[in-house]
Amino acid sequence: MKKEIIFKLNDEMVSVTVDSDELLLDVLRDKFGLKSPKRSCGRGECGACSVLLNGKSVRSCIIFAVEVAGQEIITFEGLQKEGMTDLQKSFLEHNSFQCGFCTSGVTITATEFLQKNPKPTVKEIKEALAGNLCRCTGYSSIVDAIYDYTKKKGE
Amino acid sequence: MSTFDYKRPATIGEVVKLLDEYKTSAKLLLGGTDLNLMLTEDIIKADIVIDIKNIEGLDVLQIKDSNLIIGAGVTFSQIVDSPLMKEKFPVIWESSRTVASMGLRNRATITGNICSAVPSADSAPALLNRDAAVVAISSQGKREIPIEDFFTGPRKTSLLDNEMVMSIKVPEIHGKFGGSYIKMGRYRGEDLAQVGVATLATEDLNYKISYCAVGPRPLRVKEVEALLNGKEFQGELNQELKDIILRTVSPISDIRASKEYREKMCLVLLERSLKASLSRMKNGEPQYGKELL
Repeated sequence: MKKEIIFKLNDEMVSVTVDSDELLLDVLRDKFGLKSPKRSCGRGECGACSVLLNGKSVRSCIIFAVEVAGQEIITFEGLQKEGMTDLQKSFLEHNSFQCGFCTSGVTITATEFLQKNPKPTVKEIKEALAGNLCRCTGYSSIVDAIYDYTKKKGE
Repeated sequence: MSTFDYKRPATIGEVVKLLDEYKTSAKLLLGGTDLNLMLTEDIIKADIVIDIKNIEGLDVLQIKDSNLIIGAGVTFSQIVDSPLMKEKFPVIWESSRTVASMGLRNRATITGNICSAVPSADSAPALLNRDAAVVAISSQGKREIPIEDFFTGPRKTSLLDNEMVMSIKVPEIHGKFGGSYIKMGRYRGEDLAQVGVATLATEDLNYKISYCAVGPRPLRVKEVEALLNGKEFQGELNQELKDIILRTVSPISDIRASKEYREKMCLVLLERSLKASLSRMKNGEPQYGKELL
């Protein structure tokens, strides 16, 4: 069944016609050309498809697009509308990522987490990122970058 | 051409009407972390998906007349972030922190967790120990189902086809108590439980013990509770208690652990959980949320 939905996407009101079983991930990628959410596990386990829904990180591969009617979505593209964020710069400095497939998901998760907990311990950072898989780095360069960013921000 | 129709009613009245009309071919959707995946992977079929996110009041999380009301829309993140839950329902809080990952907890609800009724449901042991009740509504009216009668088998509950869960009701405990939930997974990150155990100890030395992931449904072990009641748990289970536990649980071997390993861990984790619960009852240590494995 086709439905027209209106929602806020990266600060702009948008409308799109979708099937009721169309996934948010596919709509973002194929209908809006936003390629930052990645399809990886397709089962909500790896975090590569993460976007912010009303400020909270969620898995766009297990959300139907119809569910976000009237809600607000921010993707990685939306986060860096004004240029690279300080968190991203910290990732860059620490050479945090290699292939880049998990980058946007990790950034989305870390963004939400740091808003809730601006001065986390390393353990808390690891806990928060437990649902974002990275197969390149062994995580230490990612965790270091986030921790370093919070330290610099606190100075 | 999509496989199902989607409706997002604004009132419970509309929901129960749709449930009467479609019965088993309707699926109720809230967080969708289980349901959407099963629909996408064609594990289940639905003619209509009824999204209940627009219904007002389902996100209630408060105490009313000595009962905690957890609305059907309350997510695990809401529980984890709630000071009320940490203070008064610390084992539900502690077990909620172990569910999947932040990105899923932001969406997944505790009501969805028990309605999915998988044997490893992390929220079940704590709810069993607190004698929770599931409040269901249909066109015939409301009823309360004791959580112990709610789980009937793997992915099966005693909920009728035309019923919707409105909330979970958990009685307050007046007086000192301590509890704990220990979840053993294959690694520290996101995983389903190989064995999960929750215990509760009150000031008058009454105990509650429940497991998940070691049988077709989450279960309470009242026989062991009765034998422990009134006594200070000394840190080790005697042979009689061990035999009862091994007789009560019926774990399977699967990708996460063997049956034999799970059985052994049922005993080890129960000892650790009881010790932690007793100590928390007396002096609040180790703090809730601390690693007990």
